[in-house]
Amino acid sequence: MLRLLSFVLFLAIWWTAALFVGGAKLPSPPAVLDVIIAEASSGALFLHLGATLARVALAFVLAMSLGSAIGYLMGRVKLADRLGDPWLILLLNLPALVVIVLAYIWAGLTEAAAIAAIAINKLPTAVVTLREGTRALDRSLDEMAMVFAMPRWRAFRHVVLPQLAPYIAASARSGLSLVWKIVLVAELLGRPNGVGFEIGVAFQLFDTPRLLAYSLTFAAVVLVIETALVQPFEARATRWRPRAA
Amino acid sequence: MRLEVGITGKTFKSAAGGTHEVLAPMKFSLQSGEVGVLIGPSGCGKSTMLRIILGLDRDFEGHVARPPEARIGMVFQEPRLLPWRSVEQNVRLAAPDVTDAKLSELFKILELEAHRSHFPGELSLGLARRVALARAFAVEPDLLVLDEPLASLDDALAGRLRDEIATLVASRSVMTLLVTHSLDDAIRLGDRLFFLSPRPAHIVQAVPISIPRAERNEAELARIRAELAALQLESK
Repeated sequence: MLRLLSFVLFLAIWWTAALFVGGAKLPSPPAVLDVIIAEASSGALFLHLGATLARVALAFVLAMSLGSAIGYLMGRVKLADRLGDPWLILLLNLPALVVIVLAYIWAGLTEAAAIAAIAINKLPTAVVTLREGTRALDRSLDEMAMVFAMPRWRAFRHVVLPQLAPYIAASARSGLSLVWKIVLVAELLGRPNGVGFEIGVAFQLFDTPRLLAYSLTFAAVVLVIETALVQPFEARATRWRPRAA
Repeated sequence: MRLEVGITGKTFKSAAGGTHEVLAPMKFSLQSGEVGVLIGPSGCGKSTMLRIILGLDRDFEGHVARPPEARIGMVFQEPRLLPWRSVEQNVRLAAPDVTDAKLSELFKILELEAHRSHFPGELSLGLARRVALARAFAVEPDLLVLDEPLASLDDALAGRLRDEIATLVASRSVMTLLVTHSLDDAIRLGDRLFFLSPRPAHIVQAVPISIPRAERNEAELARIRAELAALQLESK
């Protein structure tokens, strides 16, 4: 209910601002809705959204799985931590734009280059978060698993993984928002489709309604994914915690 | 089966760089069906000893011979349950072979039936300790290690659990190692008592109790207590 109210307030502010500024710079909500409907009925909206979502999904899965594995290793093995740390700091501080441009130069304007560039941008934050989570693992529970001779996989699944779940959720959430932002830049620079490409076109034509139509639909999709996927996962992972009254 | 402990020393380096001797040379063994009790002042190195015996700490001098196929049931000082798994899952994860009947029986004895699906965070410490006991018993251990399992329980419950431990030990041939501060627990459960010195720990006295556990009535216990008091005066 409160969320709905907050959304209505957002619309009201937008509409009022549009009346003052004028349609060329800030079109009113109905004008943007018209564009959304037109783009949707032609199918272009879904094509571009689909292309972007596919890139996000691939890059996200790649970065999360690789990053979690590396982070776990660095948290457990001191040698891996010392070897990997300089790389990590370099990657963490490398601007996204540099990675994207270099990927396109070295691997051509290809799909693989775009996805790899997005994944590389997300990778170090996943590594850092999971390394922190691994360092915080409860040694006494490890010992318990060892004494009771739990097989490795069972111990990992029931002893280690639940402790890492909050870190995985945090890394997924921050990572998803990072990937959303970077995917558009990668598309703008070197892909012939996707929301980023459309926004680039709209920018060149100073077509504000089109620009808003694409970015708002995109934001809506992000919101849906966040509430439908990320939040339920978090709730499930922490359901054993006694709830505050 | 037989557990042989021959530790010749254990030191550890403190953060400041000094080395501390935790354990002095000590030697003892335990047969199947026997209950060994380690009694000693707080911080004398009992937990370090247990960690060595369990194979959690390999950085020591000497040797520990533990049958490699021996199943271990352990009750740690803190319950060490998985907070994200229910009581029943906690037991089943440690003891995957436990039958439903066996589990029900254990939960009944330990009065845990009502708490099967609770998470450990919802339990009192006393209940959590009972779950830890259930877990250790459920694996049907060959070596049962109890690190102050009855601490912080009220007398009535502690008494009942002590009887349960005695029943379990009697029902199958298990080597049991009990660490306790309570002389009462020691003489009611133990076959051999090992009195430990302050750090670095060594065995000051090893006292066998020859009367079978089941035949120790209050009169016998009083006599054992008096004997131990006399022994301790002697050694001082």
